[in-house]
Amino acid sequence: MPLTAVNDFVIRFANVNGSGSASANEMFARAIMRMGIPMSPRNVFPSNIQGLPTWYEIRVTEAGHLGARGGTDFMVAMNPQTFNADVASIEPDGYLVYDSTRAMPPGKMRTDINVIGLPLTAICNKEYTDPRQRQLFKNIICIGALSALLDMDFAELEKLVGEQYKGKEKLIAPNVHALHLGREYAQANFSCPLGLRLKRSDKVGDRILIEGNAAAALGAVYGGATVCAWYPITPSSSVAEGFTRYCKKFRHDPDSGQARYAIVQAEDEIASIGMVIGASWNGARAFTATSGPGISLMQEFLGFAYFAEIPAVIIDVQRAGPSTGMPTRTQQCDLINCAYASHGDTKHVLLLPEDAAEAFDFTASSFDYADRLQTPVFVMLDLDIGMNHRLCRPLKWDDTKTYDRGKVLSAEDLDKVKDFGRYTDVDGDAIPYRTYPGTHPTKGTFFTRGTSHDGRAKYSENGAIYVEGMQRLLRKQDTAKELLPKPLRTNADKPTRFGVIYYGSTAPAMDEAAEMLASRGHTLNLMRVRAFPFHQDVASFIADHDFVFVVEQNRDAQLRSLIVNELDIDPVRLVPILHYDGTSITARFISGTIGDRLDALKVTPLRKAMS
Amino acid sequence: MTYLAKPKFHHPSLPKNAIGFTRRDYEASTSTLCAGCGHDSISAAIIEAAFELSIEPHRVAKISGIGCSSKTPDYFLGASHGFNSVHGRMPSVLTGANLANRDLIYLGVSGDGDSASIGFGQFAHALRRGVNMVYIVENNGVYGLTKGQFSATADRGSKSKKGVFNTDNSIDLVSIALQLGATFVARSFSGDKSQLVPLIKAAIQHRGAAFIDVISPCIAFNNHAGSTKSLEYVRAHNEAVNALDVMIGRDPITVNYAPGKVVSVTQHDGTVLNLRKINDEYDPGDRLAAMNFLQKHAALGQIVTGLLYVDSEADDLHSNFNTVSTPLNQLDTAALCPGSVTLETINDSLR
Repeated sequence: MPLTAVNDFVIRFANVNGSGSASANEMFARAIMRMGIPMSPRNVFPSNIQGLPTWYEIRVTEAGHLGARGGTDFMVAMNPQTFNADVASIEPDGYLVYDSTRAMPPGKMRTDINVIGLPLTAICNKEYTDPRQRQLFKNIICIGALSALLDMDFAELEKLVGEQYKGKEKLIAPNVHALHLGREYAQANFSCPLGLRLKRSDKVGDRILIEGNAAAALGAVYGGATVCAWYPITPSSSVAEGFTRYCKKFRHDPDSGQARYAIVQAEDEIASIGMVIGASWNGARAFTATSGPGISLMQEFLGFAYFAEIPAVIIDVQRAGPSTGMPTRTQQCDLINCAYASHGDTKHVLLLPEDAAEAFDFTASSFDYADRLQTPVFVMLDLDIGMNHRLCRPLKWDDTKTYDRGKVLSAEDLDKVKDFGRYTDVDGDAIPYRTYPGTHPTKGTFFTRGTSHDGRAKYSENGAIYVEGMQRLLRKQDTAKELLPKPLRTNADKPTRFGVIYYGSTAPAMDEAAEMLASRGHTLNLMRVRAFPFHQDVASFIADHDFVFVVEQNRDAQLRSLIVNELDIDPVRLVPILHYDGTSITARFISGTIGDRLDALKVTPLRKAMS
Repeated sequence: MTYLAKPKFHHPSLPKNAIGFTRRDYEASTSTLCAGCGHDSISAAIIEAAFELSIEPHRVAKISGIGCSSKTPDYFLGASHGFNSVHGRMPSVLTGANLANRDLIYLGVSGDGDSASIGFGQFAHALRRGVNMVYIVENNGVYGLTKGQFSATADRGSKSKKGVFNTDNSIDLVSIALQLGATFVARSFSGDKSQLVPLIKAAIQHRGAAFIDVISPCIAFNNHAGSTKSLEYVRAHNEAVNALDVMIGRDPITVNYAPGKVVSVTQHDGTVLNLRKINDEYDPGDRLAAMNFLQKHAALGQIVTGLLYVDSEADDLHSNFNTVSTPLNQLDTAALCPGSVTLETINDSLR
């Protein structure tokens, strides 16, 4: 029996990168969204520009599960290099589309799947003479055929072609023609639609489709960043490139045309963070975007900014480490490296957004947090959030909001203040006052240094003065806990002894896994942690349960370590659930792993079992 | 001791500059460097230059790295904001600071270890970007604070105090600065105040990346026979190409030099640099000739000093970026935030 499902399946395109498949695949995904059907696309790509295998997966999900599902129901296998493995990965009774121009060797094909041969190369060769056109239109013809096989609304595809080539109208007709070529071939040769199909729905609502990196870049524009210093590194480069694009659009003086921003592609990550710290010290909102290897390089400066109390925003789009690791695969593996970045006793603020919408919000507010707390703030994205388009709620901005520049004394303030000490805790919240260089002719200057200093910023090796400063930095963390986004708790309908803590890109898979576990009879209370240092609610949540599963995407259970370390929790009560092979975590994995453990714990009394 | 402030009182007849400040107003904490250190002479020259130019001290940001040289910002311009950053990274901090507020004067102080070794990359990139700054390297050819190791500017064949010969080739920061496109390049000697003060003044007036390599003998670890950075050696091998007078626009310009031997260069702000030529074949406007001249004299064991190159039409990083004239750190929410209506349009484009 071929698989049948409406608006609930996974389709995967296996391509060679650099072949022009990406834009065609994205158009296909958008057409599904325009039909009102929630879907979640994911790029699986190599660290290479041309010639290596790449996959584009779309999870079509009427129920709105945006995490990766795992498995492939419908494979569009266009890459000979990975063909055998791609075919092997199809679910039983699933579908395979391949280019049937060349006959397949006999006996090679699985018999438990449904094979659809489209002679794409033959159609192209007949229609086009230019080799580049043959390649590019092959992708479009394929999409046309799929539109018939899956019952896609063809008008949506036509509309998207029109939007894509707005301004290059000459290209619209040939692309629509190519769509028709594929569609008509499929209609003539197969019984359309197949068992897996699309049906117009209304489940997308007002949601938008955006990459996390673009959303973070937009957050930096809205958050008032004026200086960006960065060094290219996958998967973070598109943050700085997005910032550049949005600044060109929204940040030029309407009269003079001059830029209200400065973006430097620095010589390395050390210079990037140095520029951010220099600019922040001098009163501009500044950020850098990087990934794990960049964080490693920035360590010395991060300790400096912590100790000298200079704001800085670092957007870390995490990828699989250690070392170069798997630069195009996702992980949540930089938590400890960021939380305790640099030598000596340090502790930094981390923000843990779950998707693009939170990436926008958290990046915009990160500048307020950094200015208010006078310390580096990390926005912890990962490749899964950063480099994939994801459906999320619309981005929102409150126009009544003005930037919180923190405790900065103006010239007038300085005239009123009797006594200025850069590192003196005047208000009891452990945050001192600062001045921007050049503010006042005679008052408020101080010397910024990474050496030990007293309340007036003077060099001191006095042990008591040093300890006082270090204790104040620790107290500043308490102020941070109340300021940062609070953890979100979702209680199950029934009381339970078990809880789950998770964060970041694990969120959609975890939400779905909770439903799957509930249907297996396991109820769990959930807590999504959104910031470090941890709010008191995290400790309370753990106290409320016998055992808490901590779900994360790294080998060493880094968030769990932070919880044990910072909240003094008995490690036995925190059960690590770890997924770190570089693919996106799935609900199947989470519910399978947690479910098996809970099944083992759920011992049925003998008398009950016998009766 | 750095935390001991100098007494504030001074003789009432101390001369004042155009904005009513005395030299004392440009001083700071007492130096903790070794008595007789060349670096202290450079600090004194900076104080003198700022006094003579009538600069408001609070409009200067002094930024340094790590090392003996990088400690000196504590010893001059006490009313300026200072930033003693991490080793070799002064240029990036200065670049960021400059981007945030284009209206201040940026004085970067570094050493040969700081700029020619650990920070060689940042030195290079700040110069090639044309950051508007004065970049001073206090160059003694030795790691003083860690007690006498060779630095990358130590000449090949020179002898350390412990008797070890340096077998590595040396880095000539002036040649590199010229190659990288610094628009003001000079070399001087800490012991030659009459040459150094006008050079610092001219560098401050210059809009663009101004670099001054100041040979500054380390009296503790690099002032012995066999060192090519000792007082004696530098004095004996100094080949000055010109002597500089800086005329600020509003001052009456009087030139006393013999005609035919004076070259005048006018900078952006109207400052006139009068160069009394000592070496007739030297033209400070010709970058290629300057590079040749340096190489030729280096081969003869001579240390060329003076204003080696100046491009009076230089651009800086802000003009490359076309940034607004208001310093970026003064732009408010209204100037920076596109607002909710624009965000709605963006949302619509993503559906």
